[in-house]
Amino acid sequence: MELLSGADMLIRSLEDEGVEYIYGYPGGAALHIYDALFRQDKVKHILVRHEQAAVHMADGYARATGKPGTVLVTSGPGATNTITGIATAFMDSIPMVVLCGQVMTHLIGEDAFQETDMIGVSRPVVKHNMSVRHPSEIPEIIRKAYYIASTGRPGPVVVDIPKDMTTPNERYEYHFPAKVKLRSYNPVVRGHAGQIKKAVDMLLAAKRPMIYAGGGVILGKASDQLRELVQMLGYPITNTLMGIGCYPATDKQHLGWLGMHGTYESNMAMHHADLILAIGARFDDRVTNATEKFCPGARIIHIDIDPASISKTIEADVPIVGPVDSVLKEMISLVKEAKAKPDAGALAAWWKQIDEWRAFHGMRYQTSDDVIKPQEVVEAVWRITQGDAFVTSDVGQHQMFAAQYYKFDKPNRWINSGGLGTMGFGLPAAMGIKLNFPEEEVVCFTGEGSIQMNIQELSTCKQYNLPVKIVNLNNQALGMVKQWQDMNYEARHSQSYMESLPDFIKLAEAYGHVGIRIDRKEDLEPKLREAFAMKDKLVFLDIYVDRFEHVYPMQVPRGAMKDMWLSKTERV
Amino acid sequence: MRRIISVLLENEPGALSRVVGLFSQRNYNIETLTVAPTEDPTLSRLTVTTTGSDKVIEQITKQLNKLIEVVKLVDLTEGAHIERELMLIKLKATGAQRAEIKRTVDIFRGQIVDVTSAIYTVQLVGDSDKLDAFIQAVGTGGVLEVVRSGVSGIARGEKVLSL
Ligand SMILES: Cc1ncc(C[n+]2csc(CCOP(=O)(O)OP(=O)(O)O)c2C)c(N)n1
Ligand SMILES: [Mg+2]
Repeated sequence: MELLSGADMLIRSLEDEGVEYIYGYPGGAALHIYDALFRQDKVKHILVRHEQAAVHMADGYARATGKPGTVLVTSGPGATNTITGIATAFMDSIPMVVLCGQVMTHLIGEDAFQETDMIGVSRPVVKHNMSVRHPSEIPEIIRKAYYIASTGRPGPVVVDIPKDMTTPNERYEYHFPAKVKLRSYNPVVRGHAGQIKKAVDMLLAAKRPMIYAGGGVILGKASDQLRELVQMLGYPITNTLMGIGCYPATDKQHLGWLGMHGTYESNMAMHHADLILAIGARFDDRVTNATEKFCPGARIIHIDIDPASISKTIEADVPIVGPVDSVLKEMISLVKEAKAKPDAGALAAWWKQIDEWRAFHGMRYQTSDDVIKPQEVVEAVWRITQGDAFVTSDVGQHQMFAAQYYKFDKPNRWINSGGLGTMGFGLPAAMGIKLNFPEEEVVCFTGEGSIQMNIQELSTCKQYNLPVKIVNLNNQALGMVKQWQDMNYEARHSQSYMESLPDFIKLAEAYGHVGIRIDRKEDLEPKLREAFAMKDKLVFLDIYVDRFEHVYPMQVPRGAMKDMWLSKTERV
Repeated sequence: MRRIISVLLENEPGALSRVVGLFSQRNYNIETLTVAPTEDPTLSRLTVTTTGSDKVIEQITKQLNKLIEVVKLVDLTEGAHIERELMLIKLKATGAQRAEIKRTVDIFRGQIVDVTSAIYTVQLVGDSDKLDAFIQAVGTGGVLEVVRSGVSGIARGEKVLSL
């Protein structure tokens, strides 16, 4: 058996785990590890400009592929800089392993230089975290970290590695375990058969059924099963912001997404449904609005891998704990075998009602002759990329417009920070995707506020040649904040203006990229086409859009699903 | 509703802070908490008493179960169980009080475990209500110090919480 130092074992374990790229930033406590990286060429390291971006890069990769991303940083400030990224991944259940240097064991607790209790600091925002206490443990800890991160309900795992665990001249036998078992961690592999049967009976008996799918369908790689079930039943489907792409948006059974800025028809159909089948979704507050007014006539079937997500905010009538793909497969075969068929008459009436709702609003917005509307930018990008790009987003109005007007027909293509709502996520996430899918179009929708939270990564893009397209919907304001102030604070715009914006064109050029400004409506389509034709260039599109636009529909605070503003003047 | 949740936990550094952290992070309330290793040195037994609606208690047990280091848990209050708490209490004991306290201690089946000319230190075991009742009986005026262990509990009958 081979003798390796802890640092070499760490890198070898990553290789054995199948890790191709790690995203990181070096520093004192991680230097042995960085030296081990230098002496091999299997595991490639991407040097970011801020550790938060390393985490978002790993996250973007994980969201696009379903595989865990990997981050390597030093102790202290390196580790604390990852926290926002880790929390972002945690809220959206994204698999990821974050390797953090730590001061030497004998210095822990002495307020040593660059010492931070990363286990303590990260605890509330990780699925699990572990410290290395002996170098020989490293292969097993790494195996466990990836196993925990990627099974059950996925999530980030932090591994804290004191510097003396990676000392070059202390060598131990290297053995990478083929399997790990934890007596206290056994994710469910199947749903309860009796519950599934009950759910199918209820589904087939429903008069006004509604299928509500979430990010769990994408994480659980169950889009095919979902499509099969939904099309077999002919029922309407909506999904959450995180579930976008789990069912083709251009299909007629799809009503768009639901919740605070969901479509009128989705929210109406939810409110009036008599049965809701929730799949890998968690009834969060941005979906349900006031829980006590939520869908008064609906019985609820809830499928989720995480029992704690069931009946947390909304009580389920039929809870099913299990992986969504296997549960859906079982449901499909039960529906096929069942003698009962959906009530065709009731379903036709239900669809008629839904089509009326659709016709009433159907995601309309007011266009204008002279200003560019943010929605039309998104629609143009959708056309130009044939609806097939990987689209990342930052957080704000632009995020909602992107999610509303880019029609995703495939899962894993809409990449946004849904749970935490992290401004600064979009660009690094796009980079992580472009690096791993160099042939694919990767677009980042952002705002002039959000982009400045990780703008330094334009430099990383230069170093590794990551020609993403950045679409800055520049409304010269922290638009979403301003919208809330317009609606709830009598338009007192406290700190929501971005004065002294940089010249983004010069900025892009300073980093070695191409910048294009668009401020006239007639230039929109041709200049976008020009930008997207530059396949091997990062293009920063600074697009001046209507500064006064609001995102609609918007649910009325503390109302029911059906209570919405449809424009600045229409409330239902 | 008051509940007693008993947890088998991996006996590892950091495991306890994860449990405690979960309670504060999710705004659950901890009334008492006890923890010590079991006959199997790789496992600790932790008992927490908490209050909350059925919905909150369900979330607490589900969230606890999600912690990787939680091996098993049971809500003892769901079935017949025995609960005990130990209290050490220092009481002012001079003059006529001495005999009076001694009598009260006997009634509660406690023991005087340390004596000075002015002080009795009393040890008492029972469920939490009994300890509360004792404090009431001796009157808070004479109480100098109270140390309570927090609740430990075990199911009655054949039920065991083990691997
Ligand atoms: C890190 C972080 N800080 C603050 C917020 C609160 N917030 C949500 S949207 C928003 C405004 C975003 O402005 P911009 O990026 O320009 O997008 P716009 O809404 O104008 O499209 C802010 C400040 C946040 N989500 N993330
Ligand atoms: Mg803006």
